[in-house]
Amino acid sequence: MVDAAISIVRRDLLLAWRRRGDVATALLFFIIVASLFPLGIGAEPNLLRAIAPGVIWVAALLSSMLSLSRLFAADHADGTLEQLLLGASPLGVIAAAKAAAHWIVAGLPLAAVAPLIALQYDLPSALYPVLALSLLLGTPVLSMIGAIGAALTLGVRGGGILLSLLVLPLYVPVLILGAGSVDMASAGMGGEGQLLLLAALLVASCAFAPWAIAAALRISME
Amino acid sequence: MNWFWYASPQTFYPLAGRIALGCGIAAALLAAAGLYVGFFVAPTDAQQGEVYRVIYIHVPAAWMSMFIYVVMACWAALGLAFNTRLSGMMATALAPTGALFTFIALWTGSLWGRPTWGTYWVWDARLTSELILLFLYLGFIALQAAIDDPRRADRAGALLAIVGAVNIPIIHYSVVWWNTLHQGASVSMAKAPTVAAQMLTGMLLMALAFWAYSIAVTMVRVRCIIREREA
Amino acid sequence: MSDYGFYLWGSYAVTFLLLFAEIVFLMKRKREAKA
Repeated sequence: MVDAAISIVRRDLLLAWRRRGDVATALLFFIIVASLFPLGIGAEPNLLRAIAPGVIWVAALLSSMLSLSRLFAADHADGTLEQLLLGASPLGVIAAAKAAAHWIVAGLPLAAVAPLIALQYDLPSALYPVLALSLLLGTPVLSMIGAIGAALTLGVRGGGILLSLLVLPLYVPVLILGAGSVDMASAGMGGEGQLLLLAALLVASCAFAPWAIAAALRISME
Repeated sequence: MNWFWYASPQTFYPLAGRIALGCGIAAALLAAAGLYVGFFVAPTDAQQGEVYRVIYIHVPAAWMSMFIYVVMACWAALGLAFNTRLSGMMATALAPTGALFTFIALWTGSLWGRPTWGTYWVWDARLTSELILLFLYLGFIALQAAIDDPRRADRAGALLAIVGAVNIPIIHYSVVWWNTLHQGASVSMAKAPTVAAQMLTGMLLMALAFWAYSIAVTMVRVRCIIREREA
Repeated sequence: MSDYGFYLWGSYAVTFLLLFAEIVFLMKRKREAKA
């Protein structure tokens, strides 16, 4: 079971490495979206410092969501997904592995690059660890929940946008907690409460989402 | 009575028609009673004057919007568990009415907010949660509309409804927390009218009226769906 | 508060209009389903 998971993760990472451009595009999207807000709102430093956590988190949400439609599409197209469904490994494990690979490729880089964006927004450097930690805890949840949406909309017309409509309401708690943790830290009250709640969401989603993803895959693959 | 006999769309069809008729009449009577109590029996509110009477639409609509989602999720779960066609049809039939009541709750809440809070929209915890509930409904409807095969559409929608239902408490509490954290000094929600007994009666009557209306409309819609699919 | 009429009757009007519209669309759907 663990072997199956590891081999799926390695395979997805290898495929992503071969298509480095796609991964870079998602990261670039994150940076560009975050750069758009000052252009739209104005570059007043106090305002930017105030909106920075929210903007970074929304950009992370959108960027993570962009790469979701690709999660199962390639495997669906070449028949690999069908083989995985028929195979001996529990589908939940496979689903979790794919979501984990998605996180490594689409979520982890965001957490790494976020401090650079925070620099652009003149966020105090003391807040960088909280920001990075909130993204590290939150982006896996986004991958897990997003994978449910990706599995449900597999092969459906209107896929990408429909996926966004389905998944964004479910992302709201993660967004509120993630941005809130940095806000609380900047107000001097420490973001530990929100971070702990994010960790709870992470544990809960890792426990329950694979089951839902597997069910969704079975529904979509008939 | 063998309830499972009605699990077949064919046998349920005539029953749905009878329920629709009965509940339609009940809805009209209850609404008449509720509006009478609400406008002629209940007193004027001390703080808000007459405008508070929106409550007789706003609160029942909000209750229905949440109740219908739960019922929808239950039918969805039944459909996934027992693989029955009718359960999926019931969930599909409930969604538009639920979305409509959610919109009504938001709209009337907004129009109530203008004279009392001074603004049409405020990121109050309940309005925000209700808005997200509307998105959940619309996502469900959109997903089912995008899938051609009715059985797959039912099952996909069912899973989405259940995931949404699990998320609703989480979303609600996170929005409440977010709202208490960010509530600006200018927004002090006027205290809801202290609910005098007559006001409560009016609200309950209207809630029952909306409930009967929802059942009636859903029954007619599910009959349409049965006809469309089983023809 | 004296111009409450717009808000109060506006709310009720929109509500009943929407509910009425729902019934109208449903009747139309019913007619098409029976065709």
